[in-house]
Amino acid sequence: MRFEGTKSYVATDDLKVAVNAAALLRRPLLVKGEPGTGKTVLAEEVAKALGAPLITWNIKSTTKAHQGLYEYDAVARLRDGQLGDERVHDIRNYIKKGKLWEAFESPVLPVLLIDEIDKADIEFPNDLLQELDRMSFDVYETHETITAKERPIIIITSNNEKELPDAFLRRCFFHYIKFPDRDTMQAIIDVHFPGIQKILVGKAMDIFYEVRDVPGLKKKPSTSELLDWLKLLLAEDMPLDVLQNKDPTKAIPPLHGALLKNEQDVMLFERLAFMARRQG
Amino acid sequence: MFFNFLDELRAAGINASLKEHLILLEALDKDAIERTPEQFYYLSRSVFVKDEGMLDRFDQVFNKVFKGLLTEYGTNPQEIPADWLRAVAEKFLTPEEMAKIESLGSWDEIMETLKKRLEEQQERHEGGNKWIGTGGTSPFGHSGYNPEGVRIGGESKHKRALKVWEKREFQNLDNTRELGTRNIKIALRRLRKFAREGAAEELDIKATIDGTARQGWLDIHMRPERRNAIKVLLFLDVGGSMDPFVKLVEELFSAATAEFKNLEFFYFHNCLYEGVWKDNKRRFSERTPTWEVLHKFPHDYKIVFVGDAAMSPYEITHPGGSVEHFNEEAGAVWMHRVTNTYPATVWLNPTPEAHWGYSQSTKVIKDLMNDRMFPLTLDGLEDAMRELTRKH
Ligand SMILES: Nc1ncnc2c1ncn2[C@@H]1O[C@H](COP(=O)(O)OP(=O)(O)OP(=O)(O)O)[C@@H](O)[C@H]1O
Ligand SMILES: [Mg+2]
Repeated sequence: MRFEGTKSYVATDDLKVAVNAAALLRRPLLVKGEPGTGKTVLAEEVAKALGAPLITWNIKSTTKAHQGLYEYDAVARLRDGQLGDERVHDIRNYIKKGKLWEAFESPVLPVLLIDEIDKADIEFPNDLLQELDRMSFDVYETHETITAKERPIIIITSNNEKELPDAFLRRCFFHYIKFPDRDTMQAIIDVHFPGIQKILVGKAMDIFYEVRDVPGLKKKPSTSELLDWLKLLLAEDMPLDVLQNKDPTKAIPPLHGALLKNEQDVMLFERLAFMARRQG
Repeated sequence: MFFNFLDELRAAGINASLKEHLILLEALDKDAIERTPEQFYYLSRSVFVKDEGMLDRFDQVFNKVFKGLLTEYGTNPQEIPADWLRAVAEKFLTPEEMAKIESLGSWDEIMETLKKRLEEQQERHEGGNKWIGTGGTSPFGHSGYNPEGVRIGGESKHKRALKVWEKREFQNLDNTRELGTRNIKIALRRLRKFAREGAAEELDIKATIDGTARQGWLDIHMRPERRNAIKVLLFLDVGGSMDPFVKLVEELFSAATAEFKNLEFFYFHNCLYEGVWKDNKRRFSERTPTWEVLHKFPHDYKIVFVGDAAMSPYEITHPGGSVEHFNEEAGAVWMHRVTNTYPATVWLNPTPEAHWGYSQSTKVIKDLMNDRMFPLTLDGLEDAMRELTRKH
């Protein structure tokens, strides 16, 4: 049961080592990296490769740690009480299972993805420590203890916005997805567009990496933008020479909307084009 | 040897403990990896390093600790084997071109050139930019290289004996975070705390009590949790000495953007006048009239100025005092307009507080701010945020 990447996902050697070690020791794997470098998709692919169900917990700025365990909907119970609903006598009707509970109870070993943990409150990871360590927790309302049959495989992603607490980090394996170099990128493109024209990819990548190098960009285009852009280029049947004869006065790549998502960045490119025209 | 590793990591400032060490041993014990130096490097890296800013240091420590052990690997890391070069050349060049090149000189010379070119390209490649043959300056002419479909890096990975950790691929990550990372993080925490204030309860107790009293039965009222209630307008002094600080503050706030309902920023130079701008390269062509800003953003915005307030006092007190343009109205007038429009306004000053007394203009600005000037330190930031969230 080793993860070696999949038909649709390119895993570098270091990533494979981290995933496999984390899965074997059943310790959470924390994955960081620029937006769009395949952090979320990784969990899906690991689940697919191991034939495990994927349970996804998307973290938002308002997410609280206890919501991963369960929520007790006292308000609904009050309402039902008011209406004389029979359900009100059983508190279990108002306990809503969280993703951790779901993962602990899963009949087959699942992959639990905790996506974008950095979005939550700074205390969030600490609040989960005990449950992740013990792989069990108490439901006070029903005096139950929920224990994992088997420790799930946990993948946690972070966009790097926030420092995570030490105590939490010590328990994890860590992998930083380095922005793909050309070879890796080529391989990623190949899995998404099998049989795509090599020359087109070469040119598109030239432009892509050049765009990424332009100083002052607010949002550098990432793997996902490159893939979107290629899809557009293919859909529009962009003649190769439009990419190839790079006219310096046209600093803006064709269909740039897919690459540059930020208005200021588009303006930056227009300015570069303007300067190039003046010099030329 | 392993303990030495741990000590060296800690000496390099990597926060590794016995806990990680035990995890590493457990992983080895359970055969998590194939026993190759490379896999061991990857494994220990993912166990010990939890911050990408430390990856480069880890590489250096690893190199130091395991150097003796792995000498058979990569004895001459930069050397590119000649037969591989030849293979690449054949892929790169058409037979005609090869012939043409060969007519230029001996095969060795050509190989020398090609090797140099590849090394340059490799360097550039690792810097993440251009590919071979993008310019027309090659002695082989415009069409000298045809890189399409050739994966130089991929092949070189096996041929070049450079070890992964010797490549120091994460070097720039460390540099960029040098700027008092820890302080920034703590400051960010303060900012988040600031942003969180004003988040509402989920159960609207008052409405529930009112409703229940009126209706005679339990009448629950819920209120959406109003997160990120705080709206911030930043004014950043740019130009010269202020720039590193501005960058810092910009990064700080933008790292916290998820927390703010709205966060807007504008630039100014030295003192606020009738125009501000959003893009420094277009500061003269694309200005936003300050009036427009004052009208557009409601009074409940919190205003944060960031500047050293060091200038000639005339720049604040006199029309035409600006060093860059002719201002019809004095900067002080504009400062008044802002403080009158927005009750919650502070000025953050990166200059040490002890020096403020020596600068006439700093005193003037501080007065204009009704004393709400704070040093750009953790405590200063804390005080400033407290001031901003005070009931106005
Ligand atoms: N190594 C890879 N192999 C195949 N596809 C990849 C790889 N890396 C990224 N992609 C593609 O890039 C896109 C973005 O990936 P994903 O959404 O997982 O990024 P992310 O890192 O989670 O981004 P964000 O931080 O914005 O959430 C997906 O379409 C994914 O298929
Ligand atoms: Mg994601």
